[in-house]
Amino acid sequence: MSFSDILLMRNELLLVAATVVILIADLVFAADQRKQFYYFSVFLIFIVAITGLFPSESGSIFGGMYETGGLQIMMKNILNFSTLIVLLQSWGWFSQVKQQKRIGEFMILLLSTLIGMGYMISSGHFLMFYLGLELATIPLAALAAYDYYKSKSAEAGIKLILLAAFSSGILLFGISLIYGITGTLYFGEAGQLINGSTLSVLGLVLIFTGLSFKVSLVPFHLWTADVYEGSPINVTSYLSVVSKGSAVFIMLIVLNTVFASLNDIWDTLIYTIIIITITIGNLFAIRQRNIKRFLAFSSIAQAGFIMLGVIDNSAFGVATVVYFILVYMFSNLAAFGVASAISAETGKESIDDYKGFYGTNPRLSLVMMLAMFSLAGIPPVAGFFGKFFLFTAAAEKGYYILVLIAVLNTIISLYYYLLVIKVMFIEKSDSPIQFFSSNLPMKISLVICVLGLVITGFTSGVFDYMVAVSDQLFSSI
Amino acid sequence: MIEDIPLSHILIVSTLIFFIGVYGFMTRKNMISMLISVELVLNAVNINFVAINRYLYPERLEGHFFTLFVIGIAAAEAAVAIAIFINLYRNIRSIDVDEVTEMKY
Repeated sequence: MSFSDILLMRNELLLVAATVVILIADLVFAADQRKQFYYFSVFLIFIVAITGLFPSESGSIFGGMYETGGLQIMMKNILNFSTLIVLLQSWGWFSQVKQQKRIGEFMILLLSTLIGMGYMISSGHFLMFYLGLELATIPLAALAAYDYYKSKSAEAGIKLILLAAFSSGILLFGISLIYGITGTLYFGEAGQLINGSTLSVLGLVLIFTGLSFKVSLVPFHLWTADVYEGSPINVTSYLSVVSKGSAVFIMLIVLNTVFASLNDIWDTLIYTIIIITITIGNLFAIRQRNIKRFLAFSSIAQAGFIMLGVIDNSAFGVATVVYFILVYMFSNLAAFGVASAISAETGKESIDDYKGFYGTNPRLSLVMMLAMFSLAGIPPVAGFFGKFFLFTAAAEKGYYILVLIAVLNTIISLYYYLLVIKVMFIEKSDSPIQFFSSNLPMKISLVICVLGLVITGFTSGVFDYMVAVSDQLFSSI
Repeated sequence: MIEDIPLSHILIVSTLIFFIGVYGFMTRKNMISMLISVELVLNAVNINFVAINRYLYPERLEGHFFTLFVIGIAAAEAAVAIAIFINLYRNIRSIDVDEVTEMKY
């Protein structure tokens, strides 16, 4: 192995370097220089994210344990930029007196989960996959319990860590069964040796269950709403975009490499799960009054939609999934950005408090409106194309009834997304949230999100590129 | 000699431990007991890996290595979990799951 091989892990190495620098900078910057420290760290992460855009070679190192290619790099870029946006949105919360001292801790925990996700996405071996998964989960529990003086936050942390540990136990039992059948832990080799025996089906079901907890598919979704509500709002947006996106991606890789020969079985499995996930996610979202719980159930329903691309096990399906994750990142982060600006300014997190919001803060309500349109899938914004491609992918495989149910559910989801817009634009209130001017990083992040929503919807080049890189991935499997 | 014991016996024990762990996780009310149940699940996995490696694929050591990593990560997980338990105890003076119901539905 030569030096240039090590550079294949460029993204993770840079993130590790950034983490170490931030750890030292936390000590160097004095207590009254927190703002400078914050800008310094965000700048470092910005550099890492920009470096990811430069072309990188594909290949594998450590005997095939770590694999990288166009699609993996694409996915890592999406995750890097969403982390950057989440951090930009966090300044309003960081600048509160209680949090000032602890910005460094937050950054380091956040970056270590990002490193874990990078290794998880690139893994070609179950050991690397498991290590990356745990590195991505354990610090997240610490982040969910970050507001240590609030019992809600501790409750969220408990629910996350216990269920994460339990689900990875189930996942590991599945891996041990696959190891028993094949005698190897490499994705590629195991995929060739799996023959459809009962034991391998049991292994598939257990591994799928373990991953479903991370993606929060129904019936493994029960932790989602509680953890999302209890965590600090910026951690919630990180959980719902970055953590979920990476889990969906690795699920896609594992199903298409290790269990490629059991295709028929997991198609049936996912078929049922999609139907109950989108239906239950939608029906529960209707009755939520807290904006974080509302977005939690909406994200469960969106996870169901993402699986429509997984069920079509072709290069096109993979491309639709990654494209949808990109669009979902912009729309969800825009919605969470507005919610977190309001929460940092006034501490209000209930949808009823948003009455008359358009009268006092027209620009923020317009951003929220675009985000809701995109999540619901209304044409001019990118969300429409994301859903459209997912439906095409499922229809190509011949699942017309499934697509019909998904379309019906889109209509149901339109009701509750528009409900938020109605509250903000039409309903009057005696004491609406007063006008406030959000801070500079928040403004930048919202501008990025809105531009992303419009531009990814109107340029076809993004999707074409994704189809091309997923073709590469599939030809190598 | 260990070869006198067939592999199926060991796998039956590990499967039993796995399901005892799952059962305990579902029924226990005390969070420490729930954490112990999770450790049982992980230990069932460890037994599986070691036994399968020793009996079926003795020429390679992947299973043994995996076990070592699982033990290490389980310790990290327990440390974070217990830190959060202590934090919760400071807030509500209890680590019973029936008391942790501030958020529901």
